[in-house]
Amino acid sequence: MSKTVYRTCPTTGLRIDLSAQALIKANAVAAVVFLAIGGLFGLSVALTRWPAVHLLPADWFYLALTAHGLDVLLLWIIFFEIAVLYFASAILLNSRIAAPRWAWAAFALMLGGGLVTNVAVLQGQSSVMFTSYPPLMAAQHFYLGLILFAVGALIGCFVFFGTLVIARDEKTYQGSIPLVTFGALTAAIIAVFTLASGAIILIPTWLWSIGLVSNIDPLMYKLVWWAMGHSSQQINVSAHVAIWYAIAAMLFGAKPLSEKISRTAFLLYILFLQLASAHHLLVEPGLSSEWKVFNTSYAMYLAVLGSMIHGLSVPGAMEAAQRARGFNNGVFQWLRKAPWGNPAFSGMFLSLVMFGFLGGISGVVMGTEQINIMMHNTLYVPGHFHGTVVAGTTLAFMAMSYLLIPLVFQREVAFPSLAKWQPYLFGLGVAGLSLFMMGAGTLGVARRHWDITFTSAPFDFNYPPTAYLLMGLNGMAAIAAALGGLMFIVIVVKSVFFGKPVRDRITLAAPSGQPISAAVASYGSAGTLRIPGTLVLVGVFFTAFVLYYFVNWKYLSEVWPMR
Amino acid sequence: MAITSPSTRLWWNEPAHRSELIWIALAFVWGLVMFFMMIYWHATGAQNLANETYRTTPNAYYAKVERNVADWQVRELNGLPVIKPPAGADVYLLGRMWLWYPVLELERGQTYRLHLSSLDLQHGFSLQPININVQVHPGYDHVLTVTPDRSGEYTIVCNEFCGLGHHTMLGKIFVVDR
Repeated sequence: MSKTVYRTCPTTGLRIDLSAQALIKANAVAAVVFLAIGGLFGLSVALTRWPAVHLLPADWFYLALTAHGLDVLLLWIIFFEIAVLYFASAILLNSRIAAPRWAWAAFALMLGGGLVTNVAVLQGQSSVMFTSYPPLMAAQHFYLGLILFAVGALIGCFVFFGTLVIARDEKTYQGSIPLVTFGALTAAIIAVFTLASGAIILIPTWLWSIGLVSNIDPLMYKLVWWAMGHSSQQINVSAHVAIWYAIAAMLFGAKPLSEKISRTAFLLYILFLQLASAHHLLVEPGLSSEWKVFNTSYAMYLAVLGSMIHGLSVPGAMEAAQRARGFNNGVFQWLRKAPWGNPAFSGMFLSLVMFGFLGGISGVVMGTEQINIMMHNTLYVPGHFHGTVVAGTTLAFMAMSYLLIPLVFQREVAFPSLAKWQPYLFGLGVAGLSLFMMGAGTLGVARRHWDITFTSAPFDFNYPPTAYLLMGLNGMAAIAAALGGLMFIVIVVKSVFFGKPVRDRITLAAPSGQPISAAVASYGSAGTLRIPGTLVLVGVFFTAFVLYYFVNWKYLSEVWPMR
Repeated sequence: MAITSPSTRLWWNEPAHRSELIWIALAFVWGLVMFFMMIYWHATGAQNLANETYRTTPNAYYAKVERNVADWQVRELNGLPVIKPPAGADVYLLGRMWLWYPVLELERGQTYRLHLSSLDLQHGFSLQPININVQVHPGYDHVLTVTPDRSGEYTIVCNEFCGLGHHTMLGKIFVVDR
């Protein structure tokens, strides 16, 4: 057993285990590499779906679409999440990391698995989409790579759990773990559930592709696969909510309005989010409506309740912190005086707003049993999840990167003026992607479809002209998002590999000059708290939610009667 | 701060702010409204997806489709049979790579038991422009009881990826006035 080597962080005074630091770096760099690859595939998909451009031929389109889902939804996000887990445990708890060799083995498995599956896709025999629904069959190593990746990620989760145990045993912190670590713990617990579900379904499917299992029931596959596929999106939600809290704390010294409530909200995720497999089965044969209603609503929307709590608690914590610094005029001075030029803040705030308004509302509406009839497998679905996973998770991870670069990589963020605009350009592009796809989906346009002009089909059919306009706008939004993504990659690569070293203490906190610790007084107590701005924001959100929900019931009532 | 341990050790005893509690109550009640809305729609709404499903095999299902065609074919369209089933009949529609078969002609205001199944991969029954979307699985016979309430020409688009010819997979349903 080698001895742990530490450095002391000049900014926070925390003791940093150098092997934890190296692991965070490796996982974050791998994440960004896959973001670059997957993003490029995504751009080519959007440009193909722009009817006037129609970039790729059909076989390349489906290949690119499969690779896009794989590289960004799985590899970019899970690699970054592993980095977040190590950060939230070893760094925030001032501890050494558990079993660094296992952590490196996990990294190697994830990287190897990710590469094997990418190779399988690029060889062209595995254009089965990210979901690989049987009886559609991919090459054997497509599944094998996914299994290796999942095993690696699972080991990473256990390294995180081990680090929590070590930190507790060695008393590296006082009292309870920080809220951000608690959020990361939530993510890791859900990750174990989802990765186990993935193994339960992918191992037999792999054996089926080899020929050792004769049949995989398509419905059973979908049920179990989505216990991985959808519940793993709740890993993302837990991770990016934890990041919202972390950035609010690092920039404003924000303290949770109530530890009890924020932690309970995370607990609701653990208890109910795994029911979400049902969201993908609402228009399938063979399942009862009772099952669909209970599961799709996370047992009466209790996990949605968790997200709505964070939706008030995160901006509320920032507002309280800003008001404690003296930004007390009117309802919104605290927000106007926020560091909008700091990409860590702007990225985080855009992520918060867009996750709620675009991803959150659309997800609940689409996940309503009957309303799903109008949306299943239309472009509404990718419109929704680009609102959650890209606008929400990816933008939050980008924002967090702007803090990890100086703190963990000990480099200055390169091209600061470019970095200032990056979250806005990316956010604008992604908001467009999300909205235009949802719009096209409302008009019936199919997802995963190479040619909506239906060339060489036996019949003629045209979607409404508006759908073509929306697909063009979607292509332009994708270009904006891709430019924003490219800016991020250029900034990260330049900073990490060629950046100016940071040796001294850096200032993370927002203007007003107060150091973080001074801002954290004893506000947050029930008696003195004032968060009128946040209440206005959640009021607007709630109104939009209710109106949009009932508008969709109105649309549904106009569809053919069926029972 | 959220990145440090809670400042009070007994954080679970801290009283919560009233505005946060009100928000939680509101969100909880809204969740109940949304939950019971689905149940309410089952009781009173006209658009609920059937749960009626039977196990089948591609061969058995195909035989039923062919019997439909033999019994009720009225004409051909682009080489495909068009069938006009009587009201209330069991109508078998199949999806296969890359065809919806046969073409249906239904009467407005009549109710039909529309069966959906696939002979090979999963397909997506996406009826346009009305935008009804149902997943179609091989091995499962899903029975929708539908009442087309507007006449016109409807197109079935496949919206589940089913191979390179996926984008050519179109079918037709004509709804005619009585």
